[in-house]
Amino acid sequence: MSTHTISLLVENHSGALSRIAGLFSSRGYNISSLTVAETDDATVSRMTIIVSGEEEILEQIVKQLNRLIDVIKVIDFANEEAIEREMLLVIVDTSKSNRHEIIELGTIFGARIAAVAPTSITIEIMGTRRHLDDFVAMIKPYGIKEIVRSGTIALAQSRK
Amino acid sequence: MRKTGAQILIDALIREKVKVLFGYPGGVVIPIFDVLYDTKELTFILTRHEQAAAHAADGYARATGEVGVCLATSGPGATNLVTGIATAFLDSIPMVAITGQVASPLLGTDAFQEADIVGISRPITKHNYLVKTIDELPLLLKQAFHIARTGRPGPVLVDIPIDVSRAVLDDYHYPESASIRSYRPNVVGHTRQIKRAAEAINTAKKPLIFAGGGIILSGAHGKLLELAEKTNIPVTTTLMGLGGFPGTHPLFIGMPGMHGSKTANFALQECDLLISVGARFDDRVTGYVAKFAPNALIIHLDIDPAAISKIIKVDIPVVGDAKNILTSLNPMVKPRAADAWNDQIKEWRGGQLFTFTDSTTEIKPQQVISTLYRITGGEAIIATEVGQHQMWTAQYYVFDKPRRLLTSGGLGTMGFGMPAAMGAAMSHPGIPVIDIAGDGSIQMNIQELATLSLNRIPVKIVILNNSYLGMVRQWQELFYHKRYSSTCLRGGSLCQECVGTGECKKPYIPDFIDLARSYGIAAFRVETPDQVEQTLRDGLAVDGPALMEFIVAREENVFPMVPAGRPIDEILEGS
Ligand SMILES: Cc1cc2nc3c(=O)[nH]c(=O)nc-3n(C[C@H](O)[C@H](O)[C@H](O)COP(=O)(O)OP(=O)(O)OC[C@H]3O[C@@H](n4cnc5c(N)ncnc54)[C@H](O)[C@@H]3O)c2cc1C
Ligand SMILES: Cc1ncc(C[n+]2csc(CCOP(=O)(O)OP(=O)(O)O)c2C)c(N)n1
Repeated sequence: MSTHTISLLVENHSGALSRIAGLFSSRGYNISSLTVAETDDATVSRMTIIVSGEEEILEQIVKQLNRLIDVIKVIDFANEEAIEREMLLVIVDTSKSNRHEIIELGTIFGARIAAVAPTSITIEIMGTRRHLDDFVAMIKPYGIKEIVRSGTIALAQSRK
Repeated sequence: MRKTGAQILIDALIREKVKVLFGYPGGVVIPIFDVLYDTKELTFILTRHEQAAAHAADGYARATGEVGVCLATSGPGATNLVTGIATAFLDSIPMVAITGQVASPLLGTDAFQEADIVGISRPITKHNYLVKTIDELPLLLKQAFHIARTGRPGPVLVDIPIDVSRAVLDDYHYPESASIRSYRPNVVGHTRQIKRAAEAINTAKKPLIFAGGGIILSGAHGKLLELAEKTNIPVTTTLMGLGGFPGTHPLFIGMPGMHGSKTANFALQECDLLISVGARFDDRVTGYVAKFAPNALIIHLDIDPAAISKIIKVDIPVVGDAKNILTSLNPMVKPRAADAWNDQIKEWRGGQLFTFTDSTTEIKPQQVISTLYRITGGEAIIATEVGQHQMWTAQYYVFDKPRRLLTSGGLGTMGFGMPAAMGAAMSHPGIPVIDIAGDGSIQMNIQELATLSLNRIPVKIVILNNSYLGMVRQWQELFYHKRYSSTCLRGGSLCQECVGTGECKKPYIPDFIDLARSYGIAAFRVETPDQVEQTLRDGLAVDGPALMEFIVAREENVFPMVPAGRPIDEILEGS
């Protein structure tokens, strides 16, 4: 099993997402992370997909993505250095524990406090998937009330 | 020019040089049919089922190389097209399917006869469109035809809501070009790769050409012949490639794979260089993949980058159009004289590529096909259904020219042949168009006898009646202890009355002869071998459609056979 981060530039219209998702689902592959949004050109969206599977099959899927009419460009970061970022919002229970301890932990991870309430605080944090995973592991014992992750976005590292 | 959406559609079809349109009306396409009522530039054929309209468009495309077009209403009309679209998709056939859709404001509301056909057809089309406004209709139609016929061809569906068909566009122009930024199929092969391929060919000891449907789609048959004759390299073609290389040529060694020739399969396993041109290494061909062509360096010429190394690891990929690539490659290869490898192939081959034991008491299905080949001199377009008769056709009708065999290889769709033949006949090819059918398959689109009859479309139907779903029965005989569960078409469902007695006294239903006659179609039944040739001649001589039913040996099997998933040199041969 290997994990690929794949970045796609696609035509910004209905149906594109479904065709792309279909290439993964028809092989029984689950997309573990997916982000989509318009680029500076309103007719083009950028999609970032993270998926795990057999190496040869992922290579095959990348070729098939290239073949879709709605897909303008495919970059497989298996072969290129990328800068990857993800955002996370988490509401942590503060009823039983020390609010300051949690805030301190957040500071170490470079997080910010997005909101404070009598028995909870909402923390926002940005970083790599790995960084966010580590943070979640640390914060979990305090009691997570709700959590959301944005999914990873990625760009190839510029050398110029 | 001021035109309605429906008028724009028909105008676009005419500008795309569509000569026949196959379809079926319904509520949301009435505006389109209203325009057709006065259209003289193209012929409309009303089928009796939308599936047949799709297969007919497909058959027309296979026979002519042009884009086939079908038209259906929303909901059930559109879903009835699905099997036909999938059939075209798996064999890379250029086709445009037009469907009506409920009015745009009603989309997604479970409106009357609403089905999300764009969603349903997404995995079985090369591309599809829901037209949202009349402004985008001309460009989307242009793009649909462009996508269908270029690169690796395939079906494209265009779904047109009724309000778009009814709307008016004031300044209609049909676009000159489709210009799609994200779609630029690569047609010219990479020069360095072509050079590498030439070097490999020039140094190989036991080279073999393995050609597929891509030869026919590309029109590369002339270049393929040139390559083979210059180098004396033997040629095998897939089922889809039959006719892409002359079947009577001494270098031709038959189809490979599950029901291929022993020579082709041995050659694949022995060769040291496999030159694959427009073939996709289907599992019916490769058998157990890990043991396929174990000694060979593999060159793969294909227009679809996604076809390369999909199944088999390729050593020298060349992406591009087969005809283009061969045009560059042929001058780079050195002439090669026939040598020990050619002798080896000749020895494997012996006399005929395929043989069967004939009989004087019962009609052997292979005999009917051989006789048909002989009396047509190979000059016919042959459509098939799916099953044993399809394989016997591939084995015993010899195809010297491309676009003469119309068969559903990838999806294996029973019910394909008769409507496909109908589509082909509408191109007025000047040679007979014949559907070779099993008694099971023919019943899947039997309603099209009405279309043939009413339009006097001169399709000749040859039914090889073994009163079994023969291909499935063969698997049950060989791999399921002769438990013929639901494959006999004489008894009712799961009938087991013959078990122990070996005899079935039930009459066959339907009586194909009475049935054909009730449709106004000339019909002949033959039960003895001595009548086979004369009946074929009589049937072919009929002016208009005709049906010939041959009562054949019931439990004849297709051999050679490589059991599914086995290496292709593990061949079962008949007695
Ligand atoms: C009952 C049954 C039994 C069968 N048994 C056998 C059997 O024994 N042997 C056998 O061979 N088949 C058999 N088949 C058919 C089999 O299932 C496949 O359909 C067939 O082998 C595929 O043929 P192909 O590889 O030529 O591919 P096709 O489906 O014809 O694909 C064409 C290939 O050419 C490429 N191409 C398209 N256009 C171009 C171009 N312009 N230039 C270059 N490349 C191009 C495409 O990208 C694709 O890769 C059987 C089918 C049925 C239903
Ligand atoms: C639409 C469809 N349903 C089921 C099958 C599975 N199938 C493959 S061959 C076959 C039997 C075909 O019987 P018949 O048309 O009588 O031809 P024969 O094999 O007897 O020549 C069946 C049921 C299929 N290929 N297509």
